[in-house]
Amino acid sequence: MELDPNEHALHNAPFLWRTPEPKKSYEAIIVGGGLHGLATAYYLAKNHGMTDIAVVERGWLGNGNAVRNTTIIRSNYLWDESAAMYEHALKLWETLSDELDYDVMFSQRGVLNLAHNLHDVRESIRRVEANRLNGVDAEWLDADAVKEFCPIVDISPEARYPVMGATLQRRGGIARHDAVVFALGRAADALGVDLIQGCEVTGIDVVDGRVTGLQTSKGPIAAGKVGLVTAGRTSLLTAMAGFDLPIQSHPLQALVSEVYEQVLNCVVMSNAVHVYVSQAHKGELVMGAGIDAFNSYAQRGGLHVIEEQMSAGMELFPQFSRARVMRTWGGIVDVCPDASPIVGLTPVENLYVNCGWGTGGFKATPGSGWVMAHTIATGEPHELNRPFSMTRFETGELIDEHGAAAVAH
Amino acid sequence: MFEIRCPYCGPRDEPEFKYGGQAHVAYPADPELLSDEEWARFLFVRDNSRGRYAERWNHAAGCRRWFNVIRDTGTHELVGSYRVGEQPEDAR
Amino acid sequence: MKRLDDRGRIDHDHSFEFTYDGRTLTAHPGDTLASALLANGVDVIGTSVLMSRPRGVVTDNVTDPHAFAQVGTGSVTEPLMRMNEVEVFAGFEAEGRLHQGLLPTERESTRFEKRFAHCDVLVVGAGPAGLSAALAAADAGSRVILVDDHPHLGGALLGGEKLIDDKPATRWVADVEARLRANPDVTILTRTTAFNNGDQGAVALMERVTEHLPEAKRDGRALRRMWQVRTHELVVATGATERPLVFADNDRPGVMLAAGVRGFLHRFGLVPEKLVVFTACDDAYRTAIDLAGAGVDVQMVVDVRKDPQGSLIKRTRELGIEIRDNAAVIGTDGDADGVLTAVRVASLDGGVPEAIACDCLAVSGGWDPLFDLHLHVSGGSRWNRKLVGFVPDGSLPGIRVTGAAAGIFGTAGCRRDGHVVGLVAAEATGHGTTADGPAAPEGHDANEGPTADFVDVPGTERIHAFVDQHRDVALAGVDRALGSGIHHVEHVKRYTLVGTGTEQGRTAKVNAGRLTARHFGLDFAEVGISNARPLAQPMTFGSLAGRSLGVRFDPVRTTSIHPWHVAHGAIFEDVGQWKRPWFFPQGNEDMDAAVLRECAAVREGVGMMDASTLGKIDVKGKDAGEFLDRLYTGVMSSLKPGRARYGVMCKADGMVMDDGVVLRLADDHFMATTTTGGAAGVLDWMEDFLQTEWPYLDVWLTSVTEQWATVAVVGPKAREVMAVLAPELDVTQDAFKFMQLEDAVVAGIESRVARISFSGELAFEINVPMTYGLALWEAVFAAGQPFGITPYGTESMHVLRAEKGYFIVGQETDGTVTPLDLGLDWMIADKEFVGRRSLRRSDMLRDDRKQLVGILPVDSKDRLPEGAQLIDSAEYEIPVSMIGHVTSSYESSAMGRTFGLALVRNGRNRIGETIYAPLADRTVAVEIVDAVIFDQEGARRDG
Repeated sequence: MELDPNEHALHNAPFLWRTPEPKKSYEAIIVGGGLHGLATAYYLAKNHGMTDIAVVERGWLGNGNAVRNTTIIRSNYLWDESAAMYEHALKLWETLSDELDYDVMFSQRGVLNLAHNLHDVRESIRRVEANRLNGVDAEWLDADAVKEFCPIVDISPEARYPVMGATLQRRGGIARHDAVVFALGRAADALGVDLIQGCEVTGIDVVDGRVTGLQTSKGPIAAGKVGLVTAGRTSLLTAMAGFDLPIQSHPLQALVSEVYEQVLNCVVMSNAVHVYVSQAHKGELVMGAGIDAFNSYAQRGGLHVIEEQMSAGMELFPQFSRARVMRTWGGIVDVCPDASPIVGLTPVENLYVNCGWGTGGFKATPGSGWVMAHTIATGEPHELNRPFSMTRFETGELIDEHGAAAVAH
Repeated sequence: MFEIRCPYCGPRDEPEFKYGGQAHVAYPADPELLSDEEWARFLFVRDNSRGRYAERWNHAAGCRRWFNVIRDTGTHELVGSYRVGEQPEDAR
Repeated sequence: MKRLDDRGRIDHDHSFEFTYDGRTLTAHPGDTLASALLANGVDVIGTSVLMSRPRGVVTDNVTDPHAFAQVGTGSVTEPLMRMNEVEVFAGFEAEGRLHQGLLPTERESTRFEKRFAHCDVLVVGAGPAGLSAALAAADAGSRVILVDDHPHLGGALLGGEKLIDDKPATRWVADVEARLRANPDVTILTRTTAFNNGDQGAVALMERVTEHLPEAKRDGRALRRMWQVRTHELVVATGATERPLVFADNDRPGVMLAAGVRGFLHRFGLVPEKLVVFTACDDAYRTAIDLAGAGVDVQMVVDVRKDPQGSLIKRTRELGIEIRDNAAVIGTDGDADGVLTAVRVASLDGGVPEAIACDCLAVSGGWDPLFDLHLHVSGGSRWNRKLVGFVPDGSLPGIRVTGAAAGIFGTAGCRRDGHVVGLVAAEATGHGTTADGPAAPEGHDANEGPTADFVDVPGTERIHAFVDQHRDVALAGVDRALGSGIHHVEHVKRYTLVGTGTEQGRTAKVNAGRLTARHFGLDFAEVGISNARPLAQPMTFGSLAGRSLGVRFDPVRTTSIHPWHVAHGAIFEDVGQWKRPWFFPQGNEDMDAAVLRECAAVREGVGMMDASTLGKIDVKGKDAGEFLDRLYTGVMSSLKPGRARYGVMCKADGMVMDDGVVLRLADDHFMATTTTGGAAGVLDWMEDFLQTEWPYLDVWLTSVTEQWATVAVVGPKAREVMAVLAPELDVTQDAFKFMQLEDAVVAGIESRVARISFSGELAFEINVPMTYGLALWEAVFAAGQPFGITPYGTESMHVLRAEKGYFIVGQETDGTVTPLDLGLDWMIADKEFVGRRSLRRSDMLRDDRKQLVGILPVDSKDRLPEGAQLIDSAEYEIPVSMIGHVTSSYESSAMGRTFGLALVRNGRNRIGETIYAPLADRTVAVEIVDAVIFDQEGARRDG
């Protein structure tokens, strides 16, 4: 259903947030006003009663990957650690609109992950079984059941990538990204969090191995604790604090079509063909492309990646031929070697980091904020993010979602 | 879509190439001498800076040679290419 | 509107019929759908998205917020086509669908294609600036491509009555076109839109090749052609777009943009009866002048500015047209269909509004330069207060913006700037110099006064004063957003959806930004507008994919024996790009029956299999052995020529990457085999180390996967079959041992025969040049007939190897499994190899790592699904801790029972224990056993 921007035009709109100038100091500062940063601030205030906090954002709230993603939400990850984290997030999504008193348009329309060969089938069943035993809803559908659930998928055996079946997570779906920014920002502001936009961090003050504040474009701000929640730019921030992370920043492109009558009733993802697509509430197709392999902070990739994506998409949905790509965009995704995030402590005392969500950060938003808030408030990781530490790269105890068949979007 | 200069073949479109990440990170001469931490740094930590960056490309759909490129990760300016064994100053 | 017979660039002498919304209408060659609808009196083309208000055509170009139609039917129906771009023809069918299009319901067979081109100078836009730039660059000697999205060159000159050198501008256009066409180094593409600009001059164009023609005249040519141009210099001469003003009921059919009204006259001979012009700039006066010249009753020009001066105003006054300055249209009236009948005009100082009857209101709020191609590569923009518009900020290497796109609006100015830009671009490509180039053209432009910084009429009703007509967002919607505390123009856009419409918000974004800035008392120059993301014009998925579909997108690979497999009813499995026989059903056999039969034949008699897809890499050079030692966990340099050895390689992180048998053919020549899916990756991996880490090694790598066909003859009777096939070859155990190679003539073909087994049975792998594969296969099949030789596929191969505990990369491994986890300690030689160091990280040494074991369901008939998880107890509650999973599971004909392989925590120390596979419908008890379940002593290998 379309929102009418003029609706209740004669009534006052719900107030979203103040536009404060920074105070001289805060108990804690979150760097990064994206979705994870806003969620962290919100849960710090709500779950931990910390209200002397600020979010500093170099641009406008949500101007990074929040508005450069495909809004897919699911929790059917293979490994226990991932499933627990994303399932926690999914449960929060299920009540988020009510909790924040703002409709984030979370639509649990189901997420299909297609299997195109025997290897895919084997790995899909492995994941469905693991999900079920972890308490994550998951089903295996054969090709006919896929067709019944999502009639426009081409399941003909002659297809270049025949559909042999799919996993289905019925509780998965999409939400409206902008609404989530508004909802979390509003809720955090209402709890007293200062959301400071146009405030770029230019330095991190570390004294005797402990963080004491930030240098910003709006002047120095003292802080007892600092959380870095800056996704693709995290390496630039940690360099200011004197350490580096095993992440690489790549462009990830996605696109949105013009607006069509509803034809796609669920989210469809394909690992082998590398397609992930849904149709948004208004009717536009939202489709993700592959990562551009190179490192970049330019927020753009090559058109050939989009062209490939069109070819791939039309293998599954030949009737998309006359749909039109309206806008493309490139987010900067920070990818860890094992395609899992880093959420936890750093070598600098009272400085915490939340990054490396790679191509799959949107769905984690509330869960990521929840555990990051816990980590900042208590100085210790939450049990859910304990496995996602920086130290796993030394021990080798990775949470390798690359090898697992789950596409990480 | 970049136009990358292969030092052996000349300028070609990006889809002919395969990316190889940061350049000048050698496989350790004697890995057994490294601590777990040092080994992990070699395995997993690569420069992720913004600005001029020395990186590896392979002309996969051409001569299949590996070479290095200096590229600005903030602007996508391609400063130049040079062969394995040459130094960044040799880029052209 | 009505058609004037002596105006426009259409063919008045011919006409044809087309269908719109089921009505049969008439048009002339040269008409767009929009012009044809206006000519037929279709004033209401549809209703708006939220408020269901009637809407009409607003302008003559693709920025029109309403002019969208569903064109064509069936599999070739295309939604949301731009009425101002679509050219109609006899039999053309369309339906008015302004907001939500319909996708086709089936696959189409339309041809879309791609071309690549290189040039020195690419000029986008063939208006006065673009034409001048193209001419200057071409005359200097550059290779030039000139593109324009219209059928004709001329740009804005087509929609006006300007003079150049005292002659009609169209004459100048024709002269320039003739000179360009005479130059063999110039390519002119009309009906072509530049829609994306990438790094290093990669510009994407879409040419509408046959779209404007009836089906019968398309002659099998592509409908559209995407051009990928790599240009040294890009000249952006894409002009500017007009923006509207905001006042009550400004969305009524009949309210149009001023230049659009003028364009409909000059391009299509269309005029209203009575016209009122409402403007904040001088340019709209041209509409009054031109339409008056065409005999239209121009009632009045309403100008928000006080006492505007300038030559256009003077001329308007001379024509006797009333000019109402410091005034505004404060509302409009319509008939029963909502179509404009009158406007209400009032002084901006207040006073009684006056109703003026008219059927067309031509509105202009000023002009927005259009330079998306500059913005696509992170080019900047800045607000120019004098122009009241955004202009490009800063310059990017190889990109030059000129003409109206750069904020230069007069024809003479455009020609001068375009000329200079063309010379500069040519010079940058090594052609001519700016100093010695021809002089810039002369000429003066009309003296135009400044555009008023004016968006909305003060005090106007706010519910129906539209800022974004496509999205149906009025002032009230913007008010509401601004009242919520948001400050940033991006938040306003996202809160209201202003500027996000199918026409890409071309007529809405700047006004929304200015309203935002004014609300907060900010300078618009600081506030800016939301970013223009690519594409500059939307393009269809099909035209972007081109012919890269199906096997042209991703090729299918088959072996030379493939035709036999097809002829003999094989069911195939996709492995990477390869098609491999999965099993060979006979009669009504299902897969299980076929696999049991095939496996039994191999264990009891003899089977044959096409193993040609295995990756094969020739490794040559005096350091070849040393090179392989560094990559495989085992030692290859000690292998004697004529012998083979199994090897495993790891990634640097110690995880198993690939495996295969390495054959030593000579002192300096090895052939390494890889998995079918891993071949390309392994070769890349080897090349990477060879070239970048060990360039001093004398080693040469060559993929020979497609040079060799391989037929495996497997089973206790394999020796007998080989004896028939290769009578010269001594196949006795003493002469031809396991892991030995022999060159031999097999079935008359020079072959390389190896005793390699992936089943535990006596086996010979016969390698012949790929072109002989089918001949060999047929010979083996014939020779094996007396022994009941049975072709088998990958499924039986998997069963047979699993019985022997042989793992498959990608099935037993997933990037988290080390050789130690697979029980391959014996293969870790005492030497350095890639990944070795990783194997002694703390997590690798834990004793609860998942290890490869065999499993036997206690119920010997119960076959577990592959992927089933394993737990410690029969009873459980969700969530339950999992200790591993089933990687392989089959029914064994040899053992007469089901069995499997699994990765289980600490599994090798738990052999003999019972664990459980908790399935949705049952829980299966399984016993942990050694991974090698069948023929543990290896007695069958030598037959």
